[in-house]
Amino acid sequence: MEIGKKRQNTKMVPAPSQGIIPERDLYSSPVLECRHLGIEFGGLKAVEDFNLVIGKTEIAGLIGPNGAGKTTVFNLLTKVYQPTMGTILLNGHDLNALNTVQASALGLARTFQNIRLFGNMTVEDNVRIGLHNQVKYGMFSGIFRLPGYWKGEKEQHEKAMELLSLFEMQDMAGAKAGSLPYGAQRRLEIVRALATNPSLLPLDEPAAGMNPHETEDLMSKIITIRDTFKIAVMLIEHDMNLVMGICEGICVLNYGRIIAKGTPNEIQSNPVVIEAYLGKRKEAQ
Amino acid sequence: MKIKKNTVQNVITYLIVIAAFVLCQWLISSGRMTRSLKGQMIPICVYVVMAISLNLVVGISGELSLGHAGFMSIGAFSGAIASAWLLGGFHMENEGIRLLLSMIVGGVFAGIAGVLIGVPVLRLRGDYLAIVTLAFGEIIRNVLNCLYFSLDGSRLHVSFNNPNIPGTILVNGPAGATGIVKIATFTAGFVLILFTLLVVLNLVNSRSGRAIMATRDNRIAAEAMGINVTKYKMMAFVTAAVLAGMAGALYGLNFSAVTASKFKFDTSILVLVFVVLGGIGNIRGSIIAATLLTVLPELLRAFSDYRMLVYAIVLILVMLATNNPSMRSLYARFLPKDKTPAPAKGGTET
Repeated sequence: MEIGKKRQNTKMVPAPSQGIIPERDLYSSPVLECRHLGIEFGGLKAVEDFNLVIGKTEIAGLIGPNGAGKTTVFNLLTKVYQPTMGTILLNGHDLNALNTVQASALGLARTFQNIRLFGNMTVEDNVRIGLHNQVKYGMFSGIFRLPGYWKGEKEQHEKAMELLSLFEMQDMAGAKAGSLPYGAQRRLEIVRALATNPSLLPLDEPAAGMNPHETEDLMSKIITIRDTFKIAVMLIEHDMNLVMGICEGICVLNYGRIIAKGTPNEIQSNPVVIEAYLGKRKEAQ
Repeated sequence: MKIKKNTVQNVITYLIVIAAFVLCQWLISSGRMTRSLKGQMIPICVYVVMAISLNLVVGISGELSLGHAGFMSIGAFSGAIASAWLLGGFHMENEGIRLLLSMIVGGVFAGIAGVLIGVPVLRLRGDYLAIVTLAFGEIIRNVLNCLYFSLDGSRLHVSFNNPNIPGTILVNGPAGATGIVKIATFTAGFVLILFTLLVVLNLVNSRSGRAIMATRDNRIAAEAMGINVTKYKMMAFVTAAVLAGMAGALYGLNFSAVTASKFKFDTSILVLVFVVLGGIGNIRGSIIAATLLTVLPELLRAFSDYRMLVYAIVLILVMLATNNPSMRSLYARFLPKDKTPAPAKGGTET
C-alpha cells in the first residue's frame, strides 16, 4: 500500500524515442540502450542527453566533427568515465555503479583511438589476454603445471589462432605486437576485443591510418565479424566511405549533443549535419 | 609442437644455476674455496632469491617496491622462532625437515604481511607506491624491535614492549633473535633458488603471468579486456613476499643471532640494485648480479678502507658498460638474434 501511495506522487514525463534499429533485430531486445546519458567535467558538459538504441546485430556509426564527444561516449559506455547523468543498459543490464572490468564481463570490448596493444608481448599473447576470462585456469595450475594448465593453454592457443585467422594473421602470431605495421596493429586490436566474446564491439576509428585498400578490406571484415559472431558493432570513424558503406544506423554528435539520427541516406541529405561539418552558407548577397 | 623460445631461455637459466651449484660443491669438497667465500654461499642463495622475487614485483608487475627487506625480516624472525619451537616444544631432531618447515612458516607469515600491506598500497601508483612500501618496510622493522618471544616448555609466549615473559627468551626485542641453532645449508639454498625460479618463470608463462604483464604494459587496455588489475598486482606482490619470507628464514637460520637492524632500508636498496643492474624483468640477470655483487665486497678486501668506494666505482662502470651503445652492438653480435617474422603483410592482401 505504501508503495502505491508513493507512486501517486511521481511526476510522469514522456519517454525518449526508441530510435531506429534494423528490422531483423525488432524481435530481440536491443544490445545497447542509452537514456539521457551525460557527463560533466567541472561544469563543462562534454556529453549531454545522449539517447541511442542499437539493435542486436546492427552496425551503428557515431560521427561528428573533432571534439564533438565521440570518444567520451565510448569512455562512458566502457565505464572509463562514470556518467553524471542517465542510464546505460547493456543487454538489459544497468551498467550503473559497475567498473570497466564488470562492464567487460557483460559483453563490451572496445578498441582504442590511440592503439593500446601490449607492445612487448607477441601477437598471440595479446589475443590470449583477450581470452583471459574465456579460458580460465588458476594460478597454482600455472605455477606447478597441473593438467589444468596444459588443457587451458592448448585451448587458448587454438582459439587465438582461430581468431587470428579471421584477419589472416596466423603467421604473425610469434611476432611482437609493437613491431607490426599500423594497419595490422589496428586489426590485432579488433581480434583481441573479439576474443573477450562481446555482444557489442565499439571500434574507435578502426580505419585511421589505413590506406584505401586496407579500409575496403576492413569494411568487408567488419561485416563478416557481425555475421559470424552475431554481434552489434558500433564505430567512430571519419572515413565517410566506410561509415556510409557499412553502417545501418548513424548518429551524429556535435558539441556533446546528438544533432541527427538516421540511415546513411537520411544523414547525407540532412542540412543540420551538413552545416555542422561544412559550416553555414552565407546569406545571399 | 615446436619448442618455444621462452622455454629454451628458461632451461638455460636452470642449467646455469645447476652448473654453478655443482662447481661450488666441487670447490668446497676439494678444499679450493677460501673460508670467507664458503661463508658467503648461503647469503648468496638468499640474495639471489630476494632479487628474483623483487624482480617479479619491479620487472614483471612494474611497481617499484622499496620495502622488500621487511618481508625478509618477517621470514627470518618467524623462521627462527618456528625452528626453536619445533626443536624445544616438539623435539623434532631432523634438521632438514625443521629447516623446511621453518622456511614454510617464514613464507606464510611474510605472505600474510604481503596481503595486509598490499591491500592499501596497491591502490596507489608510481612514486606514491614506492614511498608507502618504504614506510611499511621501516614499520615492520620497528615493530620487530619491540617484540619479545619466549619458549616455556612447549608453550610460546609473546609480548609487546615487555621483556618479562617466562621461559627461555627466543626474540629479545632490539637484541633480536638469539640462540638460533644454525641449520641452514648450501644445498637448501640451492633448492630454494630452483623453487623460486620454478614459481616465477612458470607464473610468468601462464595465464596469470600474462595478465600481470598486461596490467604493467597498459592498465587501461587490460581493464577493458576484463582483467582485474588490483587482483593481479596483488598476486605478484604476495608471491614475491612469500619467496622473500622463505629466503629470510634461510638467512636467519644461518646465523646464531639476527637483529631487525640487519633488514634496514639499505638491504631493500641493495636488492633493488641487483634487480636494476641485472636488468629489470630479466630473471637470469638478477641471479648473476646478485651473485657477483654479494661476492664483490669479499673480493675487494684487499682495498681495506677503500672497499666500498671501489664497490661504488665498479657499480658505475658496469652501468656505463651495459648502457653503452657500442658495447650493446658488440653483445648483439654474439647473442642470438630476435627472430620476428618480417611483418610485410600489412595491407597487401586482397
